[in-house]
Amino acid sequence: MLAPRDRDPDPSGRDWQRAVQVAALLAIDPAGLGGVRVRAHAGPVRDAWLALLKQLMGVRPWVRVPLSATDERLLGGLDLTATLAAGRPVLQTGLLSSVNSGVLVLSMAERLSTGVAARITQAMDNGEVAIERDGLRERSPTRFGVIALDEGLQDDDGVPDALCDRLAFDIDLRSISPRVAEAAPEMIGISDIEQARARLAATESADHVIDALCGVAMALGVSSLRASSLSLSAARANAALDGNAECTDDDAQIAAALVLAPRATQLPPAETPETEEAMPPEPPPPQDESSSTQQDTQGAMEDRVLEAAQAAIPAGLLTGLLSGLNARRTSVGKSGAPARSGLRGRPVGSRRAQSPRGQRLHLVDTLRAAAPWQRLRRATSGDDSSHTRVLVRSEDFHVTRIRQKTATTTVFVVDASGSSAMHRLAEVKGAVELLLADCYVRRDQVALIGFRGREAELLLPPTRSLTAAKRRLSGLPGGGGTPLASALDAASGLVDALTRRGQSPLVVLLTDGRANVARDGSGGRERAQSDALQSARQLALTGAPLLLIDTSTKPQREAAELSQAMRARYLPLPHAGSTQLAQSVRVVAQQEARKLA
Amino acid sequence: MAVFPFSAIVGQDEMKLAILAAAVEPGIGGVLVLGDRGTGKSTAVRALAALLPKIRAVDRCPYGCDPEAIASTCEHCAPLKRKGSIKSVLKPVPVVDLPLGATEDRVVGALDLERALSQGVKAFEPGLLARANRGFLYIDEVNLLEDHLVDLLIDVAASGENLVEREGLSVRHPARFVLVGSGNPEEGELRPQLLDRFGLAVDVSTPTDLTMRIEVVKRRDAFERDPEGFCEQWRKEDEKIRRRIVAARKRLPAVEVSDAALARAAQLCMALGTDGLRGELALMRASRALAAYEGDSEVTDDHLRRMAAPALRHRLRRNPLDDAGSGTRVERAVGEVFTQAA
Repeated sequence: MLAPRDRDPDPSGRDWQRAVQVAALLAIDPAGLGGVRVRAHAGPVRDAWLALLKQLMGVRPWVRVPLSATDERLLGGLDLTATLAAGRPVLQTGLLSSVNSGVLVLSMAERLSTGVAARITQAMDNGEVAIERDGLRERSPTRFGVIALDEGLQDDDGVPDALCDRLAFDIDLRSISPRVAEAAPEMIGISDIEQARARLAATESADHVIDALCGVAMALGVSSLRASSLSLSAARANAALDGNAECTDDDAQIAAALVLAPRATQLPPAETPETEEAMPPEPPPPQDESSSTQQDTQGAMEDRVLEAAQAAIPAGLLTGLLSGLNARRTSVGKSGAPARSGLRGRPVGSRRAQSPRGQRLHLVDTLRAAAPWQRLRRATSGDDSSHTRVLVRSEDFHVTRIRQKTATTTVFVVDASGSSAMHRLAEVKGAVELLLADCYVRRDQVALIGFRGREAELLLPPTRSLTAAKRRLSGLPGGGGTPLASALDAASGLVDALTRRGQSPLVVLLTDGRANVARDGSGGRERAQSDALQSARQLALTGAPLLLIDTSTKPQREAAELSQAMRARYLPLPHAGSTQLAQSVRVVAQQEARKLA
Repeated sequence: MAVFPFSAIVGQDEMKLAILAAAVEPGIGGVLVLGDRGTGKSTAVRALAALLPKIRAVDRCPYGCDPEAIASTCEHCAPLKRKGSIKSVLKPVPVVDLPLGATEDRVVGALDLERALSQGVKAFEPGLLARANRGFLYIDEVNLLEDHLVDLLIDVAASGENLVEREGLSVRHPARFVLVGSGNPEEGELRPQLLDRFGLAVDVSTPTDLTMRIEVVKRRDAFERDPEGFCEQWRKEDEKIRRRIVAARKRLPAVEVSDAALARAAQLCMALGTDGLRGELALMRASRALAAYEGDSEVTDDHLRRMAAPALRHRLRRNPLDDAGSGTRVERAVGEVFTQAA
């Protein structure tokens, strides 16, 4: 009974019906429902669905946002032509204001940047667009729904979570055959929608509907409270569509199936009616009916709603849930600001730069910045001869902003302590030298941290200079204790600094993993080892790819543990010469680099 | 537009306390609210504006100078003061929003475009920092703020003064404000320098208790369906909180901090290994504000206990051995320090 989909004679038709239902509800209350994420490839099915929604929206705004939309287009900015013509600042309305009362269509939403998504969600939350740009200050009210067209291949990447959280629906059109979509009879027309819109404000929802929806959300492990609120709005919209003055059982079931089921992170515990009764009754609303019968009907309703929701859990998600895997992974460490730097890469807009030395001047934006001031500058400069020329000053300069694939920096962390060094240091040095040469060929940067005695030392800050690296390396003496914790701390620090500069660090740690100097420089194997493990976890948190090469003659348990703690690739390399060592690192480093790219 | 009333926010006690403490004692140095989506982070901050008692300001001063303490850098009020012709008005405490996508010229202030175009006059148009003077500057999604704006804010927040050198203008004006930020840490980390500027940091998470969840959904729904009516319903409660804030501000200077409490705070910071004195200072100030708000004349262990997490959690070194959040670590340390002493 868990997978009714399998026995459904016509899943395609059912899915299409569901999509039609979503379109109708959205058209009734786009802003209240937030919108929908539509997983589908561009094609006849998606086109048919969009055409249907557009038709149901009627005359309300339908605004497409290109992926490349700048802040100026999105939020609004100075309308240069009008400003110059009128002789006073004129605002050009942005897409987020002009969409008021309609829907915003985001194509390729899976490629939407966190920043753009945040601007959209801020407008959704505040019900207005706040503009503080180009000397203009303006607040314009806006309420809209979002159609996030997700063409992502994987089930679960892409569309920013912050946006998805605010969209009531999540539909998948990929399994629907074009024949079904094209042949489907029209079930709902614009006049139905208009009537429903008129009814919506007066549509009531009793407390037990809210209780049931909240209960089901919890049973399915839907954490965000927005989901519960959105399911309530969906129930109400559905009631308005059906002409009910109040939300019914059916409305709640449909809402749960459409809004809560796709968000499920767990299957409800088999039979636990107790949870409902165990709840202390909520502060007043003293209802007149006898409370026992009410709780009975309450429980029954929640069960029915839960059942409806459960039946609607998408097949892919269901298998994930049944196998105990959490289908939804929260992406950790998605950086807020993609790396921008240098001269190479894809231009993404422009920014002001007083001294654009060594950067590419954005001519259009520079002129745009200069234009409003022409009259004033002419008046103050008192230079009549310049009336044919544009007066550009340094504060107008805009340079092209570049987003580039970040450069890799390989950080070598080399154990030169007594335990390692005596027999392996020479080989390790040789291997690192060979790897340095590789890095040089790839135009990567390298950095070198050595550790022995009481502490680790940054022998070579990130550089492209091969000779400098070689010199430092050969000058590294061997012998002494193994301060592994300090070495890993030093690596964490360096990785942090590099990431901040927009680089992608890759850490290669060469050691036997047998720490005997603690973080504070004192001896003692046990403390040293636990400190090292702690630092290893810290290093893992940076998210940089790590590679641990066990350099001891016999692979050591400590090194394996260490690599586990730092979630590193582990390469035991007993009796390997420099060439072999370098070869292995090269292979892994290339794999990691490919993952990064 | 109606704003969701502060008193109607369900649960989230730590967040509410931190915001109230900052309202009582602006010297705490700002509040950072981080946490799950949909927990009402920005709702709480926006609701704050309605709670704040009005302040007295110089009439038409773009920076809202205090008539009692006019900044020598204010070019509007300084000449008036010399002439002795200062007129003051009561006005609401500014709670200024810094929206994403704001450009630098609007944040720091720039040449007045309108006057430049129409009259060819070079005049300074104050920006958001000027408006936020003596009030609050709120940044939603603070972790997504562009780097150059972050640098600028760190600088101004430290000096209390905004220095504008652009477009041939050279202006200096007072800009003392309480920084309030909110965001979801999953979307990007906060720069440590900015993190450090916040006196208090609270972690909010979605309530897991069903009755509480139902109440949240119900109130939010009631608000959305009839904002004015809903606000009216909670107006009295909000009014009560406002009176408490006013009373707390009066009481604040008289709230005593015993040597024992100071020692306890120092002990706690040492146990947690927080760097520098900022943590101790924030903890003391927040505890005093809390004591004042609750009508007590002295800072007690209970106040310290409750303010320890918000004052210290963002100053800890990340410890990967502890999967527990930094809040739990503070609590544990609080437990240890306080039982030792007892």
